[in-house]
Amino acid sequence: MISLAGGSRPGDGYHPQVTTADPLVLARDLSKRFGSFTAVDGISFSVAPGEAFGFLGPNGAGKSSTMRMIGCVSPPTGGELRVLGMDPARDGARIRALLGVVPQQDSLDMELTVRENLILYGRYFDLSYRESRARADELLDFVQLADRAGDEVEPLSGGMKRRLTIARGLVNRPRLLLLDEPTTGLDPQARHLLWDRLYRLKQDGVSLVLTTHYMDEAEQLCDRLVVMDKARIVAEGSPRALIAEHATREVLEVRFAPDARPAEDDPRLAGVAERIEVLPDRTLLYTQDGEAAAVTLHDRGLRPVATLVRRSSLEDVFLRLTGRTLVD
Amino acid sequence: MLASLARLMPGTTGLPGRRGIRLLERNVWVYRRSWIALVTGFFEPLFYLLGMGYGMGALVGEIEGLPYAVFVAPALMATAAMNGALYDSTFNLFYKLRYARTYDAVLATPLGPADVASGEVAWALIRGSLYAVAFVVLMLLLGLALSPLVLLTIPGSLLIGFAAAGVGTAATTWMRRWQDFDLVAVFTLPLFLFSATFFPVTAYPEPIRTIVELTPLYRGIHLLRALSTGQPDPAIVLDVVYLLVLGLVGMSITSRRLGKLLLR
Ligand SMILES: Nc1ncnc2c1ncn2[C@@H]1O[C@H](COP(=O)(O)OP(=O)(O)O)[C@@H](O)[C@H]1O
Ligand SMILES: [Mg+2]
Repeated sequence: MISLAGGSRPGDGYHPQVTTADPLVLARDLSKRFGSFTAVDGISFSVAPGEAFGFLGPNGAGKSSTMRMIGCVSPPTGGELRVLGMDPARDGARIRALLGVVPQQDSLDMELTVRENLILYGRYFDLSYRESRARADELLDFVQLADRAGDEVEPLSGGMKRRLTIARGLVNRPRLLLLDEPTTGLDPQARHLLWDRLYRLKQDGVSLVLTTHYMDEAEQLCDRLVVMDKARIVAEGSPRALIAEHATREVLEVRFAPDARPAEDDPRLAGVAERIEVLPDRTLLYTQDGEAAAVTLHDRGLRPVATLVRRSSLEDVFLRLTGRTLVD
Repeated sequence: MLASLARLMPGTTGLPGRRGIRLLERNVWVYRRSWIALVTGFFEPLFYLLGMGYGMGALVGEIEGLPYAVFVAPALMATAAMNGALYDSTFNLFYKLRYARTYDAVLATPLGPADVASGEVAWALIRGSLYAVAFVVLMLLLGLALSPLVLLTIPGSLLIGFAAAGVGTAATTWMRRWQDFDLVAVFTLPLFLFSATFFPVTAYPEPIRTIVELTPLYRGIHLLRALSTGQPDPAIVLDVVYLLVLGLVGMSITSRRLGKLLLR
């Protein structure tokens, strides 16, 4: 198990990227329609060099559609998009030559071995065989798959396939790496290993654009993120700023026995917290001091079967903004 | 022609589909491990040649002043070129397109749909050229080639493969299920049987004869037979142009269709 260097979390200590450099990605009123269905509805954002930028949102929010447009494999149907200063409609091949892409589906080449997947992908970028082989071996070490180099791809675990896909996305030494749900479906250990690799890449100066519906992932990896819901951007900022703006410092989570659960307008809940959210399985009380709120509930005769005080998270921000949880 | 093709394939600079060479390399790597599958493709035309050329030939005797085996050998070579290219460009393409989704990752690189089309067609041709060379050697050994022009049947059968692969890849982009491939046989079997393969086209009454003369395999057989028997007539120019155009049109349709399917 690999821990993050020095125990620091990349999401902490966000410094706004005040830079004069041109944005790596610039979108204005960007839209994507499939027939009459609108998957991305006029979103605007920009990604600065060196930044780790996230799209946080539930399934169907339009994250992948946006990523595919940035990756120049899906033409926008409205608005303006510039990637690395170029126009995807005209310079698609040139942009793709400079991007690293980790799509939502691994789409590894099942007819090639692990190492061959990397070598031939390097060839697609016009690397010489010698160079491509060298990078393949270097990247297999980086994603800890060197011992599987000669193996078929199919039997690899989900986490290994994901790591191989990340290695593949790095074969051309991209300045900008696009990651669509890099850790969805992975067990916690595989996920932490991936986070560690991504964090190292970021330290090496690779800019990251990633999507996720895990708020802890967004907090861990992103300097700045946008919250997407139903094809639109509903909030933007650093994880900390979003939490400060849309949530309180702490959250008191309580569970009641089904017959003893107070309704939202129950007088015993009145004034206990700044805001109260009654979910099907638990009740969330947003407050600066969770312990104090728990004591107040007890004083008023409420007896939850479980009580948890925690720091508020992006999940709470999302709930606040959309009225729904991220993963349901 | 290349310029008009370039207009059909936007987003590429230089010769359209030139990066297809990378996909070709990939296919070579894949087949390095399963070269047996390559070898088997040679046996079908060989068995036909032995069965029809010599078995039937003993009954038929001569056709148009040629021993029967000499008459059918180039036709079987042309048919093998068509079938081989069709196999690669239909089944194999469909598998990569719909199941393995091989091209999803390829298109995230500088390669575009035109490169996928050219790469797959080029692969079908390389594979076909192996069979063509083997078949010519066989014809020479069996004394079925009447002219040194027989060597030109190798590029000739590549041309047939090019036309078949162009049409095959284009058709495959519309296929949705494996069952749709039954349609391929509906077209290829009559082509095989009626394209002056086993008897001369003069056996047909008009207008059937003209219709047969307009089919692609007939043009291919006409071309190869003219070369292997050393009797080239001016109509072989028509053969070449016909097959070339068919292949180019097929490829440009393929690259546009792939763009529609994969770059949504
Ligand atoms: N090729 C497509 N054709 C039609 N609808 C699509 C296509 N791709 C995505 N969609 C729809 O667009 C919406 C957004 O999808 P997507 O961008 O994949 O969301 P996310 O990645 O946030 O889960 C979904 O409702 C999805 O069904
Ligand atoms: Mg998605």
